Amino acid sequence: MNSANATFPTAFTEEIQPRLRLLWETTREVARRPSALVGGILLLAIVLTSLSFPLFYGVDPLEQDLLARLQPPAWEEGGSWEHPLGTDNLGRDILARILHGSRVSLTVGLSAVLVAELLGIVLGLISGYYGGRLDSVIMRIADVFMAYPFMLLTISVIAVLGSSLFNLILVLGISDWVTYARTIRGSVLSLKEKEFVEASRAVGTPNRVILLRHILPNVISPLLVLGTLRVANIIIWESGLSFLGMGAPPPTPTWGRMLAEGRVYITDAWWLVTFPGLAIMLTILSINLLGDGLRDALDPRLRNI
Amino acid sequence: MGRYILKRLWHAVYVMVGISMISFFFIHLSGDPVMLMLPADASHQEIEELRERLGFNDPIPVQYLRFASNAVRGDFGESLYYHVSAMELILERLPASLELAVAAMVIALSVAVPIGIVSAVRRNSLLDMGSMLGALLGLSMPHFWLGIMLILLFSVKLGWLPTSGRGSWAHLVMPSLALGMGLMAMFARLTRSVMLEVLGQDYVRTARAKGLKERLVIGKHALKNALIPLVTVAGMQFGFLIGGTVIIETVFAWPGVGRLVVQAIFNRDYPLVQACVLVLAVIFVVVNLLVDLLYVHLDPQISYLEEK
Repeated sequence: MNSANATFPTAFTEEIQPRLRLLWETTREVARRPSALVGGILLLAIVLTSLSFPLFYGVDPLEQDLLARLQPPAWEEGGSWEHPLGTDNLGRDILARILHGSRVSLTVGLSAVLVAELLGIVLGLISGYYGGRLDSVIMRIADVFMAYPFMLLTISVIAVLGSSLFNLILVLGISDWVTYARTIRGSVLSLKEKEFVEASRAVGTPNRVILLRHILPNVISPLLVLGTLRVANIIIWESGLSFLGMGAPPPTPTWGRMLAEGRVYITDAWWLVTFPGLAIMLTILSINLLGDGLRDALDPRLRNI
Repeated sequence: MGRYILKRLWHAVYVMVGISMISFFFIHLSGDPVMLMLPADASHQEIEELRERLGFNDPIPVQYLRFASNAVRGDFGESLYYHVSAMELILERLPASLELAVAAMVIALSVAVPIGIVSAVRRNSLLDMGSMLGALLGLSMPHFWLGIMLILLFSVKLGWLPTSGRGSWAHLVMPSLALGMGLMAMFARLTRSVMLEVLGQDYVRTARAKGLKERLVIGKHALKNALIPLVTVAGMQFGFLIGGTVIIETVFAWPGVGRLVVQAIFNRDYPLVQACVLVLAVIFVVVNLLVDLLYVHLDPQISYLEEK
């Protein structure tokens, strides 16, 4: 049936309703796993905090207070509740810097994964569906990307292009398309032989429509799992690049830069290197827990990734 | 089998050509590479001189061919900062990086495989749950932060281990542990899941039915088959290790290629950056090739299936 001619109520019951039901069932399936539930709630809390902290913690992360340099966390001797997690070598508030840093990490993580997924989806669909020479060219390029140590690729490109939030997202996204493209290509190869695809080809449906309406919805779930787990990796890489001085440019507070700056004062101020790292770990842990749950619920075949 | 090996060799060659192209072109990304290498106040004459000396006035394909043919002979030109051959600098630092990567891999495998086996054999026990929770934490920890935490604990608080540098085994402990932790976590989870799958197979049941001792069943029949995916993943992860050394070497002031490349980037020493990146990528490709060949040896089905 051609949906363009269908009236709204039919389109809703035939197309949207089953998908909504599937989404609801998947969410229930994921939430049934305690670890995924914990991960999901933790991640939700982190994202909500990152969005709303100016409402309850409006301290300026760049404001220097040289009289309150290297102040320990509130519960340690010499600490105060004015700076709950202490201050750095310039007297800047650690908690405020961590909260602001969360925005950079989450933005880069999510956006880079979106860039990578988009590239991977387009190239994977084309490669798997059309096959032939186009497929081998795309897959040979993928081989080269797979063989290139990811960290080296990103740091060398960032070194040349200069570090900005935009460059970071672009470079991390472009470096990471291969896994998605390969996953999609594999699924497309098996799907394109299925009867429903052959049938729609037989009635003359254009390839573009077959790809977007019939094949793509069937390969979404492995992509969702993969994407979730890759956000965690991208956040680790982003903080690594920041640590090396190649992340978002100063004065933007980032978790990686906080670690790099705090490392100099490691003998006197343990809190400078401990809290930003804990923030990274908690974020990654929540994403990994949720990702594992999603994978088990949606696609048990991916269990070893 | 011979055909499979030839196919893999061909694969390695074109991957290396691709990598050399990326390494060559990344330096042209910004427009004029000479401007990147010189300070902002360089005179017009200085710019022209360097451009002529490095051959940037030639057409790009000619430049690439010259770069590639020199690279094959191990000649990556001279470092702009140290004024010696880039290859010489790399060869000097390479043993340190390989030492670190191999140590990390050894630590990761020797801890993870036994943990994975025990977790699989005693599935859902307290031990299993504890180690899988540990593995999850290990996966969630950025390795450079773990490195800093180890320094905080073992050097600053306890004073047991040196904070940086290379020399004795004590220098190697923290960097290799920090670098290997993520892999350890991943291998432990992988070993567990592969072992669980293998333990449910008919041949394991047969071995048990024959009355073989449990240790033999697990050690000989199950583990041997579980090793195949483990070897592949371990090989593939070598690239991760090489990437990881870049940051860990910076944390621990480890005198390897990773630290060299970071310093070269800050010194705008692009010929050296190019050389480091290419050499590390080639090592990665060669290791993957070796792993693939080992894989054929472990599982003869592979070459047969590939040829079909």
